[in-house]
Amino acid sequence: MIQLSNIYKTFNTGKPNQVTAVNNVTLNIDTGDFMVVVGSNGSGKTTLLNLIAGNILSDSGSITIDSHNVTRLPEYKRSKWIARIFQNPLTGTAAELSIIDNFRLAALRTQAKSLSIGKNDKFKTLVRDKIATLGMGLEDKIEQPIGTLSGGQRQALTLLMSVMDTCKILLLDEPTAALDPRSAENVLRIANNLIKEYKLTAILVTHNLKDAGNYGSRIIQMGEGEILKDIAGTGKQNLKQNELYDWFG
Amino acid sequence: MDFYLTALLQGLCFAGIAFGIYISMKIFNIPDITTDGSYTLGGVVTGMMLTHSQPGYVILSAVLLAGALAGALTGIIHTKLKINALLAGILVMTALYSVNLSILGRSNLPLLSMPTLFSAVNFLTNANQNSLVILGLFVLAITLLIGYLLKTDFGIAMRATGNSEHMIRALGVNTDRMKITGLALANALTALSGYLMVQLQGFADISMGIGIVIVGLGSVIIAETIINWLQITSVWLSLILVMAGAVIFQFVLALTLDIGVDANLLKLVTAVFVLLIVGLPRLTGRQT
Repeated sequence: MIQLSNIYKTFNTGKPNQVTAVNNVTLNIDTGDFMVVVGSNGSGKTTLLNLIAGNILSDSGSITIDSHNVTRLPEYKRSKWIARIFQNPLTGTAAELSIIDNFRLAALRTQAKSLSIGKNDKFKTLVRDKIATLGMGLEDKIEQPIGTLSGGQRQALTLLMSVMDTCKILLLDEPTAALDPRSAENVLRIANNLIKEYKLTAILVTHNLKDAGNYGSRIIQMGEGEILKDIAGTGKQNLKQNELYDWFG
Repeated sequence: MDFYLTALLQGLCFAGIAFGIYISMKIFNIPDITTDGSYTLGGVVTGMMLTHSQPGYVILSAVLLAGALAGALTGIIHTKLKINALLAGILVMTALYSVNLSILGRSNLPLLSMPTLFSAVNFLTNANQNSLVILGLFVLAITLLIGYLLKTDFGIAMRATGNSEHMIRALGVNTDRMKITGLALANALTALSGYLMVQLQGFADISMGIGIVIVGLGSVIIAETIINWLQITSVWLSLILVMAGAVIFQFVLALTLDIGVDANLLKLVTAVFVLLIVGLPRLTGRQT
């Protein structure tokens, strides 16, 4: 589904604070893979995710998504395949817009936003039913500005928004970093269910090694812009928590 | 009485500027001061085309197009060259002064005997009251159009662009193009104010736009104060309040003149009035 070949990305080129965030990374992510990315701060995890999403363009190398070369394609065009969940719950939603407005936009992620009113009763019922599946009691609040909700609620809704339109790839950038432990668990469980239900290819960047152990079908560790470890299949399933801790020893 | 009727008429003319500022400042979160230039641009285009006896619908389209071009230019400078929106607006506004002067060919163009929008139809015999009916219908039509636009999928995307740029880009919107479109729309509406005002007052003047941005800002701030106070979320009510803001603003100015304040102090009064609307809610908020 996603192929990165010989990707380089350097920030502040030629300045004293020059940093190579991604250094000759080649990576193949198969359809249906749920890849967890771990690594210390500054190891290039988030840059890798941004390179795939397209809000950063690579210095060299090529990226293909679903057999399309997207190397120079801007983020808003890659949204055809990719839905994103940001670290900050505030980033993934438009706070002043109502829940229903946010969902309307998400339902049009791969389509043109036309000059017709798509926020009709049929759509509202659809959204209400979807939100009800979260069991958070938010289905009666769809006209409320989404900014009035808690971080956990917003993150859960953002997840739901990502599958409102056809979605192949889900990028999760530390989606639970700003949440309390219970909300965090809840959000990851919802994400995991959606990934299975919609057969998504997913990438989860996380600092939480417990989550890294529990979720995903593949795990990579990054360090200084390179992939240090890459374990998939049964190796990932049998990976012990303390082995993961040892990676950072 | 006629004095306040004139204030009402002027207020309605300024509804276009108020909507324009509402779109650029509140919806897109961009401080756009192309306004001074695009308002005059709308006015001088109207003046010139009236003297060349162009039909009304041609004039209206030309005014909207001219305003939209000015706004789009500010948008392109801001998004493509990554220049601060305020500076981009100042640049275009400054350049427009020369453009406007070239179009007008002189500093003032009287249009007193010309057939205008306000003499096109006679609902009432009293000229001012007739203007009020025509102007009312015109502004109503614009309000309905903008209200509808903001309700559409495109409109929701517009509102999200000013609110959460990261999110809306991840949802497949080209935010640069969206901002350029938004500023074009805002300045087309501003030019519309110039179009209405020139026909109402019967002349176009090169300096008619100087400092006019405060009228839009004041109107939007009046509206915003009421919106926050009553916790309004409806798009329609917000738009009606923005329009009302423009009228209230003119009424306050009319009142100050009526109670005998020196006309030379009008701009000072304007500034103090806007300061009061912005400042008072915060001051009272601090005491409680």
